[in-house]
Amino acid sequence: MTLEIIKPGLATSVQDLGRPGYFHLGIPEGGAMDRLALRAANLLVGNDEGAAGLEAVFMGPEIKFGAEMSVAVTGADIPMMLDGDPRETWTSFTVKPGQVLSFGFLKAGARLYIAVSGGIATEPALGSRSTYPIGALGGFEGRAVAAGDAIPVGTGAVVAEGRSVPLALRRRPGTPAVLRVLTGLYWHRLTEKSQKAFFDDAWVVAPEADRMGYRFRGGTPMEFVDRPQPFGAGSDPSNIVDGCYSYGSIQVPGGLEPIVLHRDAVSGGGYFTLGAVISADMDLIGQLQPNTPVTFKRVKMDEALAARAARKTMLADIRQALA
Amino acid sequence: MSNIQSPLPGTFYHKPSPEEPVFKSPGDAVAIGDTIGLVEVMKTFIAVTSEVEGTFVKYMIDDAAPVTAGAVLAELA
Repeated sequence: MTLEIIKPGLATSVQDLGRPGYFHLGIPEGGAMDRLALRAANLLVGNDEGAAGLEAVFMGPEIKFGAEMSVAVTGADIPMMLDGDPRETWTSFTVKPGQVLSFGFLKAGARLYIAVSGGIATEPALGSRSTYPIGALGGFEGRAVAAGDAIPVGTGAVVAEGRSVPLALRRRPGTPAVLRVLTGLYWHRLTEKSQKAFFDDAWVVAPEADRMGYRFRGGTPMEFVDRPQPFGAGSDPSNIVDGCYSYGSIQVPGGLEPIVLHRDAVSGGGYFTLGAVISADMDLIGQLQPNTPVTFKRVKMDEALAARAARKTMLADIRQALA
Repeated sequence: MSNIQSPLPGTFYHKPSPEEPVFKSPGDAVAIGDTIGLVEVMKTFIAVTSEVEGTFVKYMIDDAAPVTAGAVLAELA
């Protein structure tokens, strides 16, 4: 059983929940940028939550199905047609061999997750099917899908049509999107004025934002506390000697444009990181289009942990709704 | 009259590069598959091609301006 890619869209790739355990070797966890949306898509078609699906960004691919299977598309808000007939996102439907799924123009959000019953069955690499294109690792031949690819699909039972995630459980960023931040080890490098400005300023998503990092622009250039640069750090005050980067950490090269490191980011380097976006808000970043207004909100650890717990509750509610 | 819409969000450009002339000027013939502009997103430039034949009337979005998916980029007669 296969999915035939007629039109690939932009950087559409096979993604599951990622490959933890190799970040210390410089291999990122990878996996879906919006993990909750991928989990929901899999649950809709009766898969394990961690099965591999297709992640498409900003535009939909065109896909021909090689067999009867259940399909669900979650994440972004985008019109979708099966052989020209509209289908709803966040809802399961059945396709017959030879039918073609296509998409209209993206309305809201940024990434869509296409799950099929049985899951995408490419060969796992280091325990995951997620595509890491820079390392040519995982997914379909280690790259984004291309026109003419026949993507293998595993064996799964067809489920009922019309299984749907309740509206209240479809998480989307607001306008402006609010990203909650815990300040970190190098926060003291910024002057008080710049510390305040980072949280007060109106930022927008820069068009360069991708799976490695989301870049933001529009805020005030940052000022650093004077210090003699340590040996090996270089002359730019946004440099440190070297440090580990966590998932979600925020670096600001030259003090100009903050970059939130995401699923395919490097594990370390020589930029100071002012803090990190809390884990509960990382999925929201995956749904941000270029030029979306964004503000950063400072939180404490207890709020970050409460947000993580709330997100777990939401996932439990989705599981229950689709049980 | 027909419109050419942006396939995805990003930054719209009228020219292949800053030193080169615009892809299309008013009155130019447009064939199916002709590139009328570029949309830049995720460090990638995506060519916007026409799916219809016609005569180029004008760009509807400024050069180097942000666009959303579905935005009307150009008008053809």
